Amino acid sequence: MTPDLILIAVTAAKIAIVLFAILTLAAYLVFAERRVLGWIQDRKGPNRVGPFGLLQPLADLIKLLTKEDFRPPAGDKWLFYLAPAMAAIPAIMTFAIIPFGAPVTLFGTEIAMQVIDLNVGLLLFMALSSIAVYGVALGGWASNSKYALLGSIRGLAQLISYELSMGLSLVPIIMLARSLKLSEIVNAQSGCWFIVYQPLAFLIFLISILAECKRIPFDLPEAEGELVAGFHTEYSGMRFGLFFVGEYINIIVLGGLATTFFLGGWHGPVLPPVVWFTMKTLSFAFFFIWLRGTAPRLRYDQLMQLGWKVLTPLALVNILVTAWWLVLKG
Amino acid sequence: MTMNILFYILAAVMIVATLLAITEKHPVHAIVYLVTSFFAMAGIFYLLCAPLVAMFEVIIYAGAVMVLFMFVIMMLDLGHPEEAQRPAFITWLVPLILTSLVLSSVVSAAVFRTFPGGSNVEITARAFATVLFGRYGVAIEIISMQLLFAVVGALYLGRKGGGK
Amino acid sequence: MTIFTDIKAILLGLWTTWKHMLRRPVTIQYPEEKRQPSPRYRARIVLTRDPDGGERCVACYLCSAACPVDCISMQSGERENGRRFAVWFRINFSRCIFCGLCAEACPTLAIQMTPDYEICKRDIMDLLYEKEDLLIDGCGKDESYNFYQHAGIGVAQRRGEGAEEKAPVDVRGLVP
Repeated sequence: MTPDLILIAVTAAKIAIVLFAILTLAAYLVFAERRVLGWIQDRKGPNRVGPFGLLQPLADLIKLLTKEDFRPPAGDKWLFYLAPAMAAIPAIMTFAIIPFGAPVTLFGTEIAMQVIDLNVGLLLFMALSSIAVYGVALGGWASNSKYALLGSIRGLAQLISYELSMGLSLVPIIMLARSLKLSEIVNAQSGCWFIVYQPLAFLIFLISILAECKRIPFDLPEAEGELVAGFHTEYSGMRFGLFFVGEYINIIVLGGLATTFFLGGWHGPVLPPVVWFTMKTLSFAFFFIWLRGTAPRLRYDQLMQLGWKVLTPLALVNILVTAWWLVLKG
Repeated sequence: MTMNILFYILAAVMIVATLLAITEKHPVHAIVYLVTSFFAMAGIFYLLCAPLVAMFEVIIYAGAVMVLFMFVIMMLDLGHPEEAQRPAFITWLVPLILTSLVLSSVVSAAVFRTFPGGSNVEITARAFATVLFGRYGVAIEIISMQLLFAVVGALYLGRKGGGK
Repeated sequence: MTIFTDIKAILLGLWTTWKHMLRRPVTIQYPEEKRQPSPRYRARIVLTRDPDGGERCVACYLCSAACPVDCISMQSGERENGRRFAVWFRINFSRCIFCGLCAEACPTLAIQMTPDYEICKRDIMDLLYEKEDLLIDGCGKDESYNFYQHAGIGVAQRRGEGAEEKAPVDVRGLVP
């Protein structure tokens, strides 16, 4: 076997493992969300299917697959079919750049626990998260429904606005790590996590990723009190399922990225790196669920004001302060 | 070899998508084609060892500019764009002449001039930044000033009471 | 500074939900855990018997007249001793709203509500309860009430000797 073939085989294996892990995690995140929300509301949550309800995701999948696949007759056929994929695929692809464990030496070759280690990894994340807007926008527009259209317009404006503060909050990380490579960003945190240097950037990033996943308190694109289900009102069956699962994959991916950028990635004592990474990522997911059980929804103008008048200027000031600090330190 | 095949695939996708974006009557479909074209272009930039430019292509053009276009299109009432008339031949004439001029010059340049072969060294972010803010620093500053003017103008137009 | 009050409010909310997350759920897992409703609970309707074992129902139609959804129907008949009884008596539980007006209207305490709320059938026709389905062997809520001790055709005693009955007024005795 040539080295090229080995590389391809190893990468394919990594892709398969990551894909399997992320889809399973997303399915169980749906289940965990329903259970935790149940506990918050003094209920039990789903516990009927299998022991402790652990087979619930499977039951949900069967239900979604057997539902009627309805398409609004006046809508735009191909864009309607395309949109759910455009919402889910960028979220899955983002996981390719996240280092989820320390490099392992296997049969004499070092294998990075990361599908690809791009030189521009952080920028690829920005690019993919800006592409994820299209699923929301096209899905809502192609449905030919007023609620869906309103939801997708809200989604567009919200995602563009928070993209900005998210990107700006990551600039100090790049300056500290002196690289766009995610593996180097993680390695730069082997001594001290970046959250210690950059608590403000962490806060801005956290709020921005909440808005990027369209989670409460920023769930305006799918505000069920006002817009039925927002941009995916007209979707049914597995197409709705793709939007739904895409949202949860997004939570895991953005949690993983927050871990990578601020919480030291897979670094941690005693336990193996993969376990540390999973624990940190899932704690973000838990926080998202917890917040969903707590916070009310923002009003649209409050959302825009928070994004443009608070987070973006704060992120800019943070960049300046970090730059000064780095220059003074030499 | 693989790179060449990839390049030709991406180039073909880019040209076809751009042509479709121009001829498509429906603006939202045109945007989808244009975004496809941008993706292909980003892929070509990546093949040309310029990953940074590829990412900026996607972030800025596909992710921001086109999204804003789409936002505006959604806010407007389009009526029935698919029933619109194509422009008459006369209106095509000038763009056709200009396009043929550009195409002929590109073809002649490709045929008669030999370029130094592209280096296979990937352009890192650091090298890119050094050139951008070192050699072209003044130009960058001027462009950023221009953007600032645009922001101030937008603020003036959008302030309460309107820009009277 | 409003920002501090805002942050405090968010943290307070998170703390509240955290406390509730650790609290025991109030859910009662219905098919496994069942709750015993109070005796006054209004569910399945029964026809009771008097302490002697006879049917209390005198087929007076008051219950079916009181029923707002008209789910009670019956056919009255008369025995040889002149007492009325229901030839057939039918309650359509697929229409019944369990309002209890029939039980309140009943002069003989024959029709009563029980706390048995699990009335669920696969076939809707099974919810048509006939007299034999409704009639129970006991007296229901009032163990001692016997209508014919108080009133009705052929009461068991002379006038003025019934339960809680005053002796009849001697009309002539009132003449001054």
